[in-house]
Amino acid sequence: MAEKFDAIIVGAGPAGNAAAYTLAKAGLKVLQLERGESPGTKNVQGAILYSDALEKIIPDFREDAPLERHLIEQRMWVLSDDSHIGTHYRSDDFNKEPYNRYTIIRAQFDKWFSSKVRQAGALVICETTVLDLVKDDDCVVGVRTDREGGFIYADVVILADGVNSLLAKKAGFHLEIDPKDVALAVKEIHFLPQETIESRFNISGDEGVVIEMVGKITQGMVGTGFLYTNKESLTIGVGCMLSDFKQQKISPYALLEQMKEHPSIKPLLANSEMKEYTAHLIPEGGYNAMPKIYGAGWMIVGDAGMFVNAVHREGSNLAMTTGRIAAETVIELAAQNKPMTAANLALYRKSLDETFVMKDMKKYKKMPEILHKNPHFFTAYPELLNRAAHTMLKVDGVDKKSKEKEIRQSFVGKRSLFGLLGDAFKLWRAFE
Amino acid sequence: MNAVKVEEKLFQNRYRVDAGHPHITIKNPDTCRVQCKTQECTVCCPAGCYTAEGNGQVVLITDGCLECGTCRIICSEHRNVEWEYPRGGYGILFKFG
Repeated sequence: MAEKFDAIIVGAGPAGNAAAYTLAKAGLKVLQLERGESPGTKNVQGAILYSDALEKIIPDFREDAPLERHLIEQRMWVLSDDSHIGTHYRSDDFNKEPYNRYTIIRAQFDKWFSSKVRQAGALVICETTVLDLVKDDDCVVGVRTDREGGFIYADVVILADGVNSLLAKKAGFHLEIDPKDVALAVKEIHFLPQETIESRFNISGDEGVVIEMVGKITQGMVGTGFLYTNKESLTIGVGCMLSDFKQQKISPYALLEQMKEHPSIKPLLANSEMKEYTAHLIPEGGYNAMPKIYGAGWMIVGDAGMFVNAVHREGSNLAMTTGRIAAETVIELAAQNKPMTAANLALYRKSLDETFVMKDMKKYKKMPEILHKNPHFFTAYPELLNRAAHTMLKVDGVDKKSKEKEIRQSFVGKRSLFGLLGDAFKLWRAFE
Repeated sequence: MNAVKVEEKLFQNRYRVDAGHPHITIKNPDTCRVQCKTQECTVCCPAGCYTAEGNGQVVLITDGCLECGTCRIICSEHRNVEWEYPRGGYGILFKFG
């Protein structure tokens, strides 16, 4: 089987599909390999789709993409054991077309995206696991699959094989991932009648709500919880740094179960039917944990390259953007008859530097370390904020000045004045 | 809360099990039994694939695996997990993802 392609793409998630689509559309001979039964069957996401990244690839995606709800409201909750305090941002501007963010169900969305890839002219082969990269000297020249006589060759191989990034690791391009650089998220999808979802979340039609949560639900670990509204279902999940799971030996499904019992969350899920339980790693090590993303005959896109903005819960848009730019790099080099050497593929990294992808990765590069060193952001502060709200709101004959004093003392008692100032400074530096 | 049964959650999922070809194996069972005092895999695997036997042994059954990668990365001191993806088309098949 000595057939040769212009490019082989490993994986049919957002990054792989973006790359395969862009390359095929430009007329290149593209092979995409996916280990799942069909595209999407191995993929897990919250999931929120950010229109901007997809518009740059398929401008009219809204015409037939399977979208659940467009988001008009974002809630941020800080939870104690039995309460939450938070903010809601709801805007009618988000209710005007073209919509900015949608909830999606990945199995359906990925299947749709893949149909576009096929229509653009790429050969997509599923149920095929890529076992290794094939090298000639130090240059990647193809892949070895688990199919009979499974060697396939190409000028360039784009690795969109997801967070575990096994292929690049086996090829010696990077080391094993450190537990502190990934979050483990577990999630369930719960079905409810459409009317029930709309009345519980104060929405109608295709409007949707997102709830992001921090606090006691992560049991002292660095992490967040989330609840998204789909058309006829809710997805609820929680993710924390794997190093924290490891150190504290917490069971992820027990954590999710406890979160679902929280009195602020439980009523939202009442009488729902759970239809799938999933787990997924999220590469949250940030800029400093990024592997090398290109070399002779290869590029890494999406989760495999640690392309996630953990602070803003963005990943799939970085995946699509890196996939698109990797493809554009190949298209440009091919047009100039230039070989896919490391020196030439450096254009990929250079082009990425000009986009929001690398700018955001760099902006938040200190964040993972700050969060690892300051777990009290996820324990002490949620408790203090909720207690402060409770103290001020409870009418019990105590004068307000005394209440303010009590709140002030609770903060200083827990963190000391220097601790409070230091925390404020650290956060300011991290977001600067 | 201790009564959470992961089996009940996994029951909702769709799998095509590659019988007789586990895609994850423990490289050296003695390493788990003798050297590993913490055995995080037995608590942190989100599918409960790893069970701590009373005698210090760790038993792995991959049928319910969600293919997340947790066990491989969490075994960072001993690197005792041989981890591959299942053969094409086998393993977890997410209905929704």
